[in-house]
Amino acid sequence: MNLTVRESLIAFRRAPLLSALSVTTIAFSLFVVGLFGLVAVNLQDALRGVAERVEIVAYLLPGTPIETVTLAGKDIEAFPEVQSASYVSEDSALGRARAELVEFRDVLQELERNPLPASIEVKLKPRFRDADHVNQVADRLRGFGFVDDVRFGRDWVEKLDRLRQIAAAVGLVVGAAFAVVAIIIIGTTIRMAVLQRSREIAIMRLVGATDGFIRRPFLLQGAIKGMLGGLAAIALSYGAYTLINRWLIHAAFFSKEQAVAIVGFGMLIGFFGSAASVGRHLRRV
Amino acid sequence: MIKFTNVFKAFPKGGLALKDVSFHIAKGEFVFLTGHSGAGKSTVLKLIYAEQPVTSGEVRVSGFNAAELRPRDVPMLRRRLGIVFQDFRLLEDRTAEENVAFALEVTGARRSSIPARVMRVLTQVGLAAKAQAYPRELSGGEQQRVAIARALVNEPTVLLADEPTGNLDERATRGVFQLLRDINASGTAVVMATHDLDLVRQAPYRVIELQEGALVYDSAVDEPRDQAASP
Ligand SMILES: Nc1ncnc2c1ncn2[C@@H]1O[C@H](COP(=O)(O)OP(=O)(O)OP(=O)(O)O)[C@@H](O)[C@H]1O
Ligand SMILES: [Mg+2]
Repeated sequence: MNLTVRESLIAFRRAPLLSALSVTTIAFSLFVVGLFGLVAVNLQDALRGVAERVEIVAYLLPGTPIETVTLAGKDIEAFPEVQSASYVSEDSALGRARAELVEFRDVLQELERNPLPASIEVKLKPRFRDADHVNQVADRLRGFGFVDDVRFGRDWVEKLDRLRQIAAAVGLVVGAAFAVVAIIIIGTTIRMAVLQRSREIAIMRLVGATDGFIRRPFLLQGAIKGMLGGLAAIALSYGAYTLINRWLIHAAFFSKEQAVAIVGFGMLIGFFGSAASVGRHLRRV
Repeated sequence: MIKFTNVFKAFPKGGLALKDVSFHIAKGEFVFLTGHSGAGKSTVLKLIYAEQPVTSGEVRVSGFNAAELRPRDVPMLRRRLGIVFQDFRLLEDRTAEENVAFALEVTGARRSSIPARVMRVLTQVGLAAKAQAYPRELSGGEQQRVAIARALVNEPTVLLADEPTGNLDERATRGVFQLLRDINASGTAVVMATHDLDLVRQAPYRVIELQEGALVYDSAVDEPRDQAASP
């Protein structure tokens, strides 16, 4: 077996407690980051669901000929922001109202004239579902002569915007903070491992080992610990996810790519944590 | 092969450990480094194996100039030296054999060649039978032999020994000293720092004596004085 690999595995056997400690700290740090990740993933999903409903409705003046509306509908669909534009006639508006407002069915039944206007319902493409774009499109719709009024949940859209920004900022800040904590902790545990082996390192140097040679097993060891920590973090997150799913709400788990990214991040933390503490030790003695 | 020219060594908080020291040690020589405690013996050795930088003057060791040594040259220099200490400095969790093999692995020796080379030096120091023993299972003399085997396994041109018999009783001292003489007889230069004047008198080797950091006597250039001093 390769010497570097063997030396780094021996280190696990020689200091099982310290190794377990390193792996556990990485695991918990990543777990916390992962939990926030999960919240972010689910919030994102939830917001997407809400954003789905962001719709602009243009009410039409009574008596607008259907040909005009169809043509305008084509124009509107050609807007870069627009995903779909569908015509809702007076009759189908009434039908919908009857279906949805069961309590008023009788009232609606007895109407002599249909009081509901026809409308065009405009849905935006996902990436344009924010306040600015909604306003722009609404303005453009007002420009059509046959449009009586344009409505959209202005407050809603703006709140959604703010919520999205806050979620992103909180996720970023908390994630970064915990990543820093994880790096410091792994750096410290690797430093303990380095100090524990400082006699050995001194002897290695005495018999002519290069710094690179001395460093390599520590780096590999750090990366392995980080990987194990990452895997454990995913297992923990999965446990938490199962519990939440069973008792609270239906939530989504990480995609395969996100899971790989967490493990990869663990490896990076382990690698650089080791590199920092071994480097410092080697420079000092 | 080892050449000190007007060497001064100052420690940040310790004053001058070496003052204007000059000497030249040739290939294959055996040299005793003597002097009272604190005279600077270990410091001379540390400058040779580049554990400490030279303050001023020139130190040359088998083609390397200490002043021009880059950090990455240090391991290459040390591979040409064998170093032995009073406290053996063995790894407690490795057998005698593994301790010796360690010095080869660390320098990137071909793996297949390692066992044979390890056995050869262990045989040379008379410890082949204890190859599997851990340091705690060996006597001080035996541990020092393992350390010497480790120093020899890279076939150094010089063996540096800092009071190698300092922790040993008389019998073990004689054994280890004889081993060093044998090693020297087969062509390796030996520089041995020691307090043990009996040992120094016993052998016809060159003596360099330090006193408070200054070289006060070198039997290669000065009048023999042991004979003059003692009847
Ligand atoms: N790392 C250091 N920092 C400061 N002073 C030091 C250092 N190493 C040695 N000295 C000083 O340098 C002087 C020479 O020390 P050195 O170890 O060379 O003596 P020595 O001849 O080997 O003594 P001994 O026989 O006790 O081993 C001493 O005064 C010592 O205090
Ligand atoms: Mg000394």
